[in-house]
Amino acid sequence: MSPENRNYMPESDVVGLNLKETELTLGLPGETRVTTDTGVKFGTKRGFSETIDLNLGRSNVKCHDKVCDDELENDVLGGATKSLTEKAQLVGWPPVRASRKNVMKSCKFIKVAVDGAPYLRKVDLEMYNSYQQLLSALEDMFSCLTIRNYLSERKLMDPANGVEYVATYEDRDGDWMLVGDVPWKMFVESCKRVRLMKSSEAIGLAPRTHKNVQAQLRKSLSQASLE
Amino acid sequence: MMNYFPDEVLEHVFDFVTSHRDRNAVSLVCKLWYRVERFSRQRVFIGNCYAISPERLIDRFPGVKALTLKGKPHFADFNLVPQDWGGYVQPWIEALARSRIGLEELRLKRMVVSDESLDVLSRSFTNFKSLVLVSCEGFTTDGLEAIAANCRFLRELDLQENEIEEKKNLWLGCFPDSCTSLVSLNFACLKEINLVALERLVARNPNLKSLKLNRAVPLEALQRILMRAPQLVDLGTGSFVLDRDSDDSETYRKLRGTILKCRSIRNLSGFLEVAPRCLPAIYPICLNLTYLNLSYAAGIHGSELIKLIRLCGKLQRLWILDYIGDKGLEIVASTCKDLQELRVFPSDPFGAGHAAVTETGLVAISSGCPKLNSLLYFCQQMTNAALIAVAKNCPNFIRFRLCILDPTKPDPVTMQPLDEGFGAIVQSSKRLRRLSLSGLLTDRVFLYIGMYAEQLEMLSIAFAGESDKGMLYVLNGCKKLRKLEIRDSPFGDMALLRDVGKYETMRSLWMSSCDVTLGGCKTLAKQMPRLNVEIINENDQMEFAHEDSQKVEKMYLYRTLVGPRKDAPEFVWTLV
Repeated sequence: MSPENRNYMPESDVVGLNLKETELTLGLPGETRVTTDTGVKFGTKRGFSETIDLNLGRSNVKCHDKVCDDELENDVLGGATKSLTEKAQLVGWPPVRASRKNVMKSCKFIKVAVDGAPYLRKVDLEMYNSYQQLLSALEDMFSCLTIRNYLSERKLMDPANGVEYVATYEDRDGDWMLVGDVPWKMFVESCKRVRLMKSSEAIGLAPRTHKNVQAQLRKSLSQASLE
Repeated sequence: MMNYFPDEVLEHVFDFVTSHRDRNAVSLVCKLWYRVERFSRQRVFIGNCYAISPERLIDRFPGVKALTLKGKPHFADFNLVPQDWGGYVQPWIEALARSRIGLEELRLKRMVVSDESLDVLSRSFTNFKSLVLVSCEGFTTDGLEAIAANCRFLRELDLQENEIEEKKNLWLGCFPDSCTSLVSLNFACLKEINLVALERLVARNPNLKSLKLNRAVPLEALQRILMRAPQLVDLGTGSFVLDRDSDDSETYRKLRGTILKCRSIRNLSGFLEVAPRCLPAIYPICLNLTYLNLSYAAGIHGSELIKLIRLCGKLQRLWILDYIGDKGLEIVASTCKDLQELRVFPSDPFGAGHAAVTETGLVAISSGCPKLNSLLYFCQQMTNAALIAVAKNCPNFIRFRLCILDPTKPDPVTMQPLDEGFGAIVQSSKRLRRLSLSGLLTDRVFLYIGMYAEQLEMLSIAFAGESDKGMLYVLNGCKKLRKLEIRDSPFGDMALLRDVGKYETMRSLWMSSCDVTLGGCKTLAKQMPRLNVEIINENDQMEFAHEDSQKVEKMYLYRTLVGPRKDAPEFVWTLV
């Protein structure tokens, strides 16, 4: 998308204003929104985590920088190119009737609990397309955590005190499972709630790999960070 | 010569003139023809309920039996028109009820319908036969109860994509036992239904040809219903899943057997919930299908979808989700040689994801299906080369609506705007009546449209163009233009005011997030008293500065013979 040709400029201050005000943030209440020099806002939902080396959205990020150069800061579309999920904020686009949208939208809100946090949060699993996206959203939400991704296991860590969390979920049968074993869509289908469990308590779930990962974790902490 | 014929002869001749446009033309020939035509007209189409009043309708066409009314502007479908904007059917029904009009059919689109309106409707016209509500809102199942209970000769109740508040689940049971005249019943947009009442209703209505169920009708019930109604031509399934606990094989076997007896089904839709393993039950009817709507069937994709499509050799109309992918469209192209209409909807309508179809799929379709004349295509990207190929393969488009999910995306191969591609479409399809544009577009595409789209009646523009020239090309060139809707495009007062007379030849103009100013709109309103120029202002009234130089967020103007409407809400300001 070449911004030079983009001269439509939605002048709708109304729309832009409302969107800013109601923009989804997943930070804990009371957290302020911080804008960095590149215009990327923290505390707002991102479709992917920048701590993980993914190509997802890389070109979108570049585009956004160009957009900033063109002074289109409140540009709805410019903002929307930041990530795939934010495109949803463009009012009335794509032009699909509400009745059709309602049918396609399954809206899977589930509770997320973190051991030690005073209250739970809710996320809509339908908003994400992969485990990475979910974990990075959780990272935003419980902003004290960062993601460490090893092998097939996904873990979150609070760097302040070195406490590790393992993402677990309760499935339809009532069993507590380790997040990540089944394909994403299957997970969305069967997940009823998520609990970020302290690693020390998670031994029963994946004993061997857990120990291996602990070892890897110690090893990599002394190497360059994934971030 | 015709003056020497008695009126009855003229009337008899006019009986053969059925399209409302032709009848409108007939009425303009001379006073005699006007008079004969108006007394014999039975079907009236009113494209904008605010263009005329019910009293004038009744006065001119006292013999009207079938009325179509449309309310809100088209962009209301996409949440661009606020709640309570208008489009109330109540005054129409009240006026018709007070008169001696023998109304038999009512078709409403994008209107606000109340339970009271439905109640009055059901009790005021003894021969009322057909009610079709499309994208309407404002009523509950109480209103449906009145229709079911009071319309003794009801043949058709067709509820398409309405917002209906569901109260008690009793309305279907309100059809009396004596109701045996139903031909068409569609309640797919409801969430609940009374199954027992439904089965009984189907059993006593042997003329039922069209039945569209909702999600609440399970497979077992479908089987019993089809047993009673093997004569169905048009079927919309409800839930097409087998409960894990139930006796799978027995129900499934019965269903297969029953479906084999339904030799008349030509139109199939529904599958709001579907277990793909149940699909083989419908394979036997696939080869006779002319219309297949899987656009709500999120549960069918991949190989099951392909298997199904391969069996539908006679399809003329296909509505599908973009799960089908380019490869799937290639299979459609090789299977459905009679295809005339294709609609590919986005599986992710929130625009946050990817559409699985691109220009490749469309080109494949155009190559395999030269009869294609109607297209709605939501896609990831489009190229000029593809559009040029499509234009060459399919010169018969009547409707061409392209929606690229990223609305200003250029041709990804050449990085050029899509002007040339759309230009090829309008140049080749000389009978094009409806066009929706998307992708990166400059003023050039409008030059082409103005030059070539001689039959164009409806044009939808979003995020396109560079200057007023674009809009002017269209207004000057498209002589048959009736509806123009524009959003987020840089057209301003200069274009708006260049040819104010044009708008009286059109039904309506919508412009939102463009460059027209309050002053420009005021000027237009002053010059054209027979237009209602409405400014929709959702801001707090206090904040709205009323500065003439201020850009107008949303403007909707339409020709009317009855002046500013009296039911406009506070946030709608009709300029005079």
